[in-house]
Amino acid sequence: MKEIGLYVHIPFCIKKCKYCDFISYRQNNSMIDSYVTALTKELSMHKNTLRDYKIKTVFIGGGTPSILDINKLDIIINQIHKNFDINSRAEVTIECNPGTLTKEKLKFYKNIGINRLSIGLQSFNNEILKFIGRIHSKEDFIDNYNKARNAGFENINIDLIYGLPNQDMKDWEGTLKEVIKLKPEHVSAYSLKIEEGTVLYRLLDEKKLNLPSDEEDRDMYHFAIDLLNENRIRQYEISNFSKNGYECMHNLIYWNNEEYLGVGVSAHSYLNQKRFSNTNDINEYINFINRGELPIQMEEYKNKEDEITETIFLTLRLNKGLDLMKFHDRFQVSILDIYGDKIRKLIDLGLLTIKGNHIRLTSYGMDVSNQVFVEFL
Amino acid sequence: MLENRQSKIRNFCIIAHIDHGKSTLADRLIEKTGLLTEREMKDQILDTMDLERERGITIKLQASRLVYKKNGKEYILNLIDTPGHVDFNYEVSRSLAACEGAILVVDATQGVEAQTLANVYLAVEQDLEIVPVINKIDLPSARPDEVKKEIEDVIGIEAHHAPLISAKEGLNIEDVLEAIVEYIPSPEGDEEASLKALIFDSYYDSYKGAVAYVRIKQGSVKRGDKIMMMSSGKTFEVNEVGVFAPGPRPIDMLQAGDVGYITASIKDVKNCRVGDTITNANDPCDKALPGYKKATPMVYCGIYPAEGEKVENIRDALEKLQLNDAALEFEPETSVALGFGFRCGFLGLLHMEIIQQRLDREFDLDIITTSPGVIYKVTKTNGEVLMIQNPTNLPDQSEILYMEEPIVDAKIMVPNDYVGNVMELCQERRGIMLNMEYIDDRRLIMNYELPLNEVIYDFFDALKSKTRGYGSLDYEFKKYVKSDLVKMDILLNKEVIDAFSLIVHESKAYSRGRVICERLREVIPRHMFAIPIQASIGNKVIARETIRALRKDVLAKCYGGDISRKRKLLEKQKEGKKKMRQLGSVEVPQEAFLSVLKYDEK
Repeated sequence: MKEIGLYVHIPFCIKKCKYCDFISYRQNNSMIDSYVTALTKELSMHKNTLRDYKIKTVFIGGGTPSILDINKLDIIINQIHKNFDINSRAEVTIECNPGTLTKEKLKFYKNIGINRLSIGLQSFNNEILKFIGRIHSKEDFIDNYNKARNAGFENINIDLIYGLPNQDMKDWEGTLKEVIKLKPEHVSAYSLKIEEGTVLYRLLDEKKLNLPSDEEDRDMYHFAIDLLNENRIRQYEISNFSKNGYECMHNLIYWNNEEYLGVGVSAHSYLNQKRFSNTNDINEYINFINRGELPIQMEEYKNKEDEITETIFLTLRLNKGLDLMKFHDRFQVSILDIYGDKIRKLIDLGLLTIKGNHIRLTSYGMDVSNQVFVEFL
Repeated sequence: MLENRQSKIRNFCIIAHIDHGKSTLADRLIEKTGLLTEREMKDQILDTMDLERERGITIKLQASRLVYKKNGKEYILNLIDTPGHVDFNYEVSRSLAACEGAILVVDATQGVEAQTLANVYLAVEQDLEIVPVINKIDLPSARPDEVKKEIEDVIGIEAHHAPLISAKEGLNIEDVLEAIVEYIPSPEGDEEASLKALIFDSYYDSYKGAVAYVRIKQGSVKRGDKIMMMSSGKTFEVNEVGVFAPGPRPIDMLQAGDVGYITASIKDVKNCRVGDTITNANDPCDKALPGYKKATPMVYCGIYPAEGEKVENIRDALEKLQLNDAALEFEPETSVALGFGFRCGFLGLLHMEIIQQRLDREFDLDIITTSPGVIYKVTKTNGEVLMIQNPTNLPDQSEILYMEEPIVDAKIMVPNDYVGNVMELCQERRGIMLNMEYIDDRRLIMNYELPLNEVIYDFFDALKSKTRGYGSLDYEFKKYVKSDLVKMDILLNKEVIDAFSLIVHESKAYSRGRVICERLREVIPRHMFAIPIQASIGNKVIARETIRALRKDVLAKCYGGDISRKRKLLEKQKEGKKKMRQLGSVEVPQEAFLSVLKYDEK
């Protein structure tokens, strides 16, 4: 049986962060009610879609899924089990924000089979947290993290952002050291990208933002890689680090260009050579589902060429790189026969390297990976 | 009878400074003579090119035939529109030669400007009767009496009878029509003589071939006639003759005194050059018409295909433009950096800019233009004299005895508040003041000798900026003078990029070099290696900037499985890369070529 990942989007937050351009809405109980009703209906509408699949990962992302009441989450999880075949060893993640976790909630998560928490810390500097619009302090985080450990969670990710306004190397070093003390199984460290339509974008436009330069950003990045590696939290993807065996299985599905189904507003899917996504508008989403229609906003069919391109730029994000044998098995062609010249050029530029049966980005290649990826479009 | 026909014809043009209302007046005349209803009037009928409307100036000549009824008599008034910018004096001279008279439009609030003067002198040279008209009298700041006096004092023509009008409001337009009939002489060509027709404009029609706009000086021409171009001796059979009403309208015959058009399946645009005389092949006239000034380009630049554009497309487009624009010159050249392209000659910077924009808009071509330059006279140690317009062709310094550069006579008209600013600007541009004369108590003309290569380097923009738009400039070539000129090269990543090379005065080399390096640093994106940008004279580096190596270009986030978004971002990046020009090891965006020339307000 084929395996697949399931993504469930919960688009509610207590407050939107100033850098965030994901679809999210302010917490509103009646809206959450209708949304969860629609979501359960969408899950059942996909019963047939996943008839021949076994689910190997579930990722409940947001927004802030951890603001959901226990009973709401219960309905969703039950619905997933009712409609789909879930591997007993599946990785089941929920994204949480510090300040939203309680002992009871965590106990409940554990009971319904959630075995991985992804907690958005972003920074250990309270001033920066406030500036970027986070609702929590570092103390809230430590409290929630300890509660999660006490509840028996053995696979926890901590999300970090660097290159933040007013951040310097010293600050970043402090954040990393505090994080390492907590011994998380997994760390995601993202370079801040100022997206259009966010508060930070406007501030940047008004020249009211003191951002680190590209040079400082890269210094922070490489510092993180080195320090985390030393502490056995090893980089396995451009922005992701974990202890051995704790790589995020769900995200690996994306990076290996494998199949996943996304449910909920604005969720993306990749199934049967087709990428598609749901509407970005929560009301439209609810109306469609209530009429018994899937709220598909975008569909793209992928031919072999597209699939090859996407496989290349996704798998190259991994430290392991692109597996030449797997590539050949999947596409019945050698990547060197298609892109030999480009690959050689990129190797000469010091961006790619071939080792054993893998092609991968060099350290500098990771810094400027887009320069590599565009060559394969 | 014959005299009677011509006695009811008036051929005239309109001379005005930019914005003094020439095109609006032309529209009103057409409207008033009843050829069009008000509804049919486009905003400004004669300015047909988008570009012209955008800039509010007329570039391309257009003609229109007006029928004016007065006391039971019907007059044919042929209006020939003229361009209104210093760069287009040649085009003005062509339209003038097809006329017997000119209406001089002067803005009642602005008075006589440098440009107006230049065109009036051209008209006087052509022996035209000049009829002054004072426009914009509806404006509160209008001072018609002072302006009349100014016309009489400065230009030296009678102005007391000048119609006072508002073209915008349609006020007293009738007076203009009357003045045309009253003061402009009718044509007096011999209708029985052999054909002599002057091509004063032309355009290319994809069905009819080249369409010649002509003034019949003597004889007649009709469909089926065999005609000959006197410069080449090539013959064609006439398909159609007609007049402009204002669009082309076929008629049976064009006769002496008429203004109209001729089509004759002329496929090769080179066979219908403006300035040529058309005669009857079976009964040729003895000699071609005199009086046309040969247009001489003063500014040169290279035009090259941008990435993905075909050089043949540029050639075709330039050939088509050349049909309408006798002043445009081009010949193939090759650049190390840019490959095959063309060296093009223009009347001035505006002319150059307009051609570049027309290539882009009308022909949808992606082009790169190199720094504009002028023609330098180089005397070699062996006595040989070269005329150099492409810096790449400059001989080695050791072979050069001396160099000369073109100097122009510049008339700058400016309100007295800005005299200091203009003096400063001209001084900075190596100008020598000849004299200053007051036009009235607030404006004066400053006469300068300026090196042309200083004028073409953003002088217009600088003048406008320093006089808040009030300064106007007119210039004409005066002489060549010896000058300390050097060739400056620009190096990207240690390679000379010939497309950026330019000839500058030694005293200017350091500052120009610095500015160019700075600008290139701003527009060239970071590469995967550091790029030194250097300006050098010979082997000596006089300015240097460095583009630091690219440190970061990465999509850090996962976007919840939104791979399409990732892919789109990468595709956009790739599109941007495609538009870059590979110069040696460096990818340079198109705008780099333009940014090097822009005026920088300090």
